Amino acid sequence: MYDVIIIGAGMSGLAAGIRLAYYGQNVCILERHYTIGGLNSFYRMAGRDFDVGLHAVTNYAPKGDRRGPLGRLLRQLRFKWEEFALCEQRGSMIAFPDVSLAFDNDIELLKSEIAAKFPGKSDAFERLLGSIIDYDDISDDNYAGSARDILGETLGDPLLVEMLLCPLMWYGNARETDMDWGQFCIMFRSIFLEGFARPLKGVRLLLKNLVRKYRELGGELRLRNGVQRIVHDDDKAVGVVLDSGEELQARKIISSAGWFETMRMCGQPQEKLEGSPGVLSFIESISVLNQQPRDVGFDPTIVFYNDSNKFHWEMPRNEICDTRTGVICSPNNFVYPGDVQLDEGFMRITTLANFERWTTMSDADYQQAKLKWYDQAVASAVRFIPDFRRHIVATDMFTPKTIHRYTWHDNGAVYGAPEKRLSGETHLKDLYICGTDQGFVGIIGSIVSGLSIANRHVLQAAS
Amino acid sequence: MTPAEIREEVLDILRDIAPDDDISDIDDAKPFREQLELDSMDFLDIVMELRKRHRVQIPEEEYTELASMASTVAYLEPKMKDL
Repeated sequence: MYDVIIIGAGMSGLAAGIRLAYYGQNVCILERHYTIGGLNSFYRMAGRDFDVGLHAVTNYAPKGDRRGPLGRLLRQLRFKWEEFALCEQRGSMIAFPDVSLAFDNDIELLKSEIAAKFPGKSDAFERLLGSIIDYDDISDDNYAGSARDILGETLGDPLLVEMLLCPLMWYGNARETDMDWGQFCIMFRSIFLEGFARPLKGVRLLLKNLVRKYRELGGELRLRNGVQRIVHDDDKAVGVVLDSGEELQARKIISSAGWFETMRMCGQPQEKLEGSPGVLSFIESISVLNQQPRDVGFDPTIVFYNDSNKFHWEMPRNEICDTRTGVICSPNNFVYPGDVQLDEGFMRITTLANFERWTTMSDADYQQAKLKWYDQAVASAVRFIPDFRRHIVATDMFTPKTIHRYTWHDNGAVYGAPEKRLSGETHLKDLYICGTDQGFVGIIGSIVSGLSIANRHVLQAAS
Repeated sequence: MTPAEIREEVLDILRDIAPDDDISDIDDAKPFREQLELDSMDFLDIVMELRKRHRVQIPEEEYTELASMASTVAYLEPKMKDL
């Protein structure tokens, strides 16, 4: 009998596990995949290290800043700031056909860019800044509401609205077309007010730290152990049955598998559930260069591009991908200490994709589609940045199929379901959800989600 | 434990929760919140650490007793005097 079973060894599950094991709970994390990380994972191919999810860690805060999510989670996990080894971005950009806005980890740059390129809009942007809700004040009461409407009213400039939404939707919006106001505030803070950073060694450094701490505290981690169903006694969750048929019992269960995925494990028919799983999935086209990206003229850390004045945040329905908008990220372009650099240049380009189409084609078609859409994504991106194609020495690509394998999310939905469940509670006693579908997304957001659910529903409830 | 030992123990917990903060010159009469930027989750940590280390149970409605060093030591004294 475990005190707590956690479903999923992603960022949120590992964080919840550390927190609970630290306070003496007998914890077991069950992971279906053969590796940890969930959406934010890594793989090795042809002698090279690749990250799956992470472009950048958001919510950057300098050492000693205790108030933001990063300071809070380091404290709660008993990590030193240095252990995350975060190095700040060089600077990023939102690129539309006629206008671009540069931004970095200091909001003053974005303010000056808006003043220069949207004359007369500075006061409106200040008003927007004043209305961004603080993380702790986001609740079910102020979460809903159309970010598009609020931005339209506050800023009064349709192009500026599209440009601000573009990076925030790309990095954390599970809803098509529009964004919940609460989610907008979370993303605005984490990207524009706090900012991007990355450890030189990428996401694997963060995951290794988390897993090491979890194991040191006596936590149990079982890979290749998917949960088939959650067992309940009337209205109380009491354990799980694994894919292998093995049954495990626990006093409490925290699932990071996603809301709909978890409800299915409870035997709840989908049609009885409110809302729907997310549909937004991606492909990522990765190019390895024989030079540093800066040496081929690519200076920024991340470029969010969109090829018209209207930003379309939708699952592609006519084609299997939509490359009108995308994210170009070079993990080389962070300020690493002592000018240390990754050995090779990496360019990662993320574009929208249709899960259904990618997962139902034949193997031969799948391989062909990867080649075709790699080319299209890169061709689309080089309209906004220097053409790096003649420096490519290797390529790889991940698709909605890959994302599904790592996350097991319905539809390969990167950011989960549009409706978030901030309380983490479910229809069953002693079953809670954490992670993407609870509220916060991104690496720091997921960790905070795991911690807050562990605190609220296990540690606090026991005292 | 004597009040002085309890105070030392609370300091040790605070060092654990806030390793980057200097807590050597803490003012016992002033609320922790004003001196250390603790949030509600940090107070949960103080409670959990006391339980983990000394099996001291503190009900949620009494968390407010942990506002300052002076009030914390006074509150913990009867609970920890036999440890």
